[in-house]
Amino acid sequence: MDGSPAPQAGISIEALTIAYNGVPAVVDVNLQLQPGSICGLVGMNGAGKSTLFKALMGFVAPQRGSILIEGLPVAQAQRRQAVAYVPQSEQVDWNFPIRVQDVVMMGRYGRMNLLRWPRAVDREAVESALTRVDLLSLRLRQIGALSGGQRKRAFLARALAQGARVLLLDEPFTGVDIRTERLIITLLLELRQQGATVLIATHDLDTIPSFCDRVVLINRTVLAYGETSEVFTQANLLRTFGAAPQLTP
Amino acid sequence: MTMLSVVTMASPAPASSLSSLLLEPLHQLFMQRALGIGMLVAVVCAVLSCFMTLKGWALMGDAVSHAVLPGVVLAYALGLPFALGAFVFGVGSVGVIGWIREHTRVKEDTAIGLVFTGFFALGLVLISKLRSSVDLSHILFGNLLGITDGDIVQTILISLVVLAVLAVRGRDLLLFCFDPSHARSIGLRTGRLHYLLLTLLSLAAVAGLQAVGIILVVAMLVTPGATAYLLTDRFGPMTLLAVASALTATLVGLLASYWLDASTAGCIVVVQTLLFILVMVLAPQHGLLAHRRRRLTLPSPPQGPAA
Repeated sequence: MDGSPAPQAGISIEALTIAYNGVPAVVDVNLQLQPGSICGLVGMNGAGKSTLFKALMGFVAPQRGSILIEGLPVAQAQRRQAVAYVPQSEQVDWNFPIRVQDVVMMGRYGRMNLLRWPRAVDREAVESALTRVDLLSLRLRQIGALSGGQRKRAFLARALAQGARVLLLDEPFTGVDIRTERLIITLLLELRQQGATVLIATHDLDTIPSFCDRVVLINRTVLAYGETSEVFTQANLLRTFGAAPQLTP
Repeated sequence: MTMLSVVTMASPAPASSLSSLLLEPLHQLFMQRALGIGMLVAVVCAVLSCFMTLKGWALMGDAVSHAVLPGVVLAYALGLPFALGAFVFGVGSVGVIGWIREHTRVKEDTAIGLVFTGFFALGLVLISKLRSSVDLSHILFGNLLGITDGDIVQTILISLVVLAVLAVRGRDLLLFCFDPSHARSIGLRTGRLHYLLLTLLSLAAVAGLQAVGIILVVAMLVTPGATAYLLTDRFGPMTLLAVASALTATLVGLLASYWLDASTAGCIVVVQTLLFILVMVLAPQHGLLAHRRRRLTLPSPPQGPAA
């Protein structure tokens, strides 16, 4: 990761509208996420968080508007390994016959030749990623044999091994232990230091102020977006959820 | 039957001569050909069955294998290679299933059930009108013992193509089975991988129907993978175990069909199923007995000092 971001680095969403069978899921969303920042994505279930993620992953095509990642359309950015995705735990088949280190190696596939034979640089990237999430000693385990927190860390390691500048995390704190939560937050802060752009969908409102620079509150469209200290207020949360969620002071 | 009684009478003889007696049919050319081609098909289908098991495509395998019937009948009637006709209809059925799923509100399993029976029925109609040289029972139940030179060449070619593609693209296909979202996010074209896997499935089904026929080919494409899945938590060993179980089933099934004078395809698939049942019960980690043992031992750790 070099320290000189391109003019359009980060994520740039303009006038994004996506509808399923004519029913709008997100409407006129505008967002500019700068490199070297962590942004929390907050909204109710069905508010369009996962639609926004799907659009950022290129799974759904927008009716209107555009998404640029590192200044490139999504498909191109993906081919250049610009964006990494950490999925929700429910989306993974934990019985799959695959070991922790194989999962992490899959983060490298986009950088390998067609046969996907790992070179020394790929093995080093995998080992370093496993070390950073503290899973090196468990690298030969089948993924299902990990605890909830370890599973999450394995997929974070895959994203690290990929070496992408843009990171999308979908509910990374669901079902994880406090140690994993601390570790993930520390890692994200490190990545921010290195100039990464991080977007994180989370229900864990309490942790947001501790590491998110910015927050975007959505309900079909962007209700508020800005510095956490300015935007992450009871009044805005009330608008987002319809009722004030319990925030521990 | 007479052969069987010879074996029983010879039982006091040393084991080596018993086994050589059991293997004696393999000295005959037609048995050697059957075994050779059966084993090749077993390897191809077994490797692919690992992907099918993990992707949950057993029903798709069933569909594709049935849907090739009209293709085989037409190919024979027109004097074309059977594999060509089968392949066209196999891939065609996959395309039709995908199209129905995407363009109507009908769900995928319904589309599968609809399309393969439709194609299969068309094949039955064609076969009854073009009865010429095509033997329905050979297509439906395989004809390993009477396989022709032309069919052998086609089967070898198909098998080599499938194995070569798997050698080159296998890792991407595995990633596609495991986590298509990630595959997509690193820039792989998952739509192409989807259809590549379905094409390989069609090809393997075409090869497999030489050995056991249209009706049972899905067993070749599912059972070895399922058996191996219960034995290991790693994909490499899973592939090897699937191949080993398919080869065992082919050898034992072929010999059993010779000695019992019973259906070859039936014997091969019965042995394959028996192997699965054996593994399902006895597998060290994921077998029923192991589960039972764990259930009985787990709830009582607080009692007594740890060993």
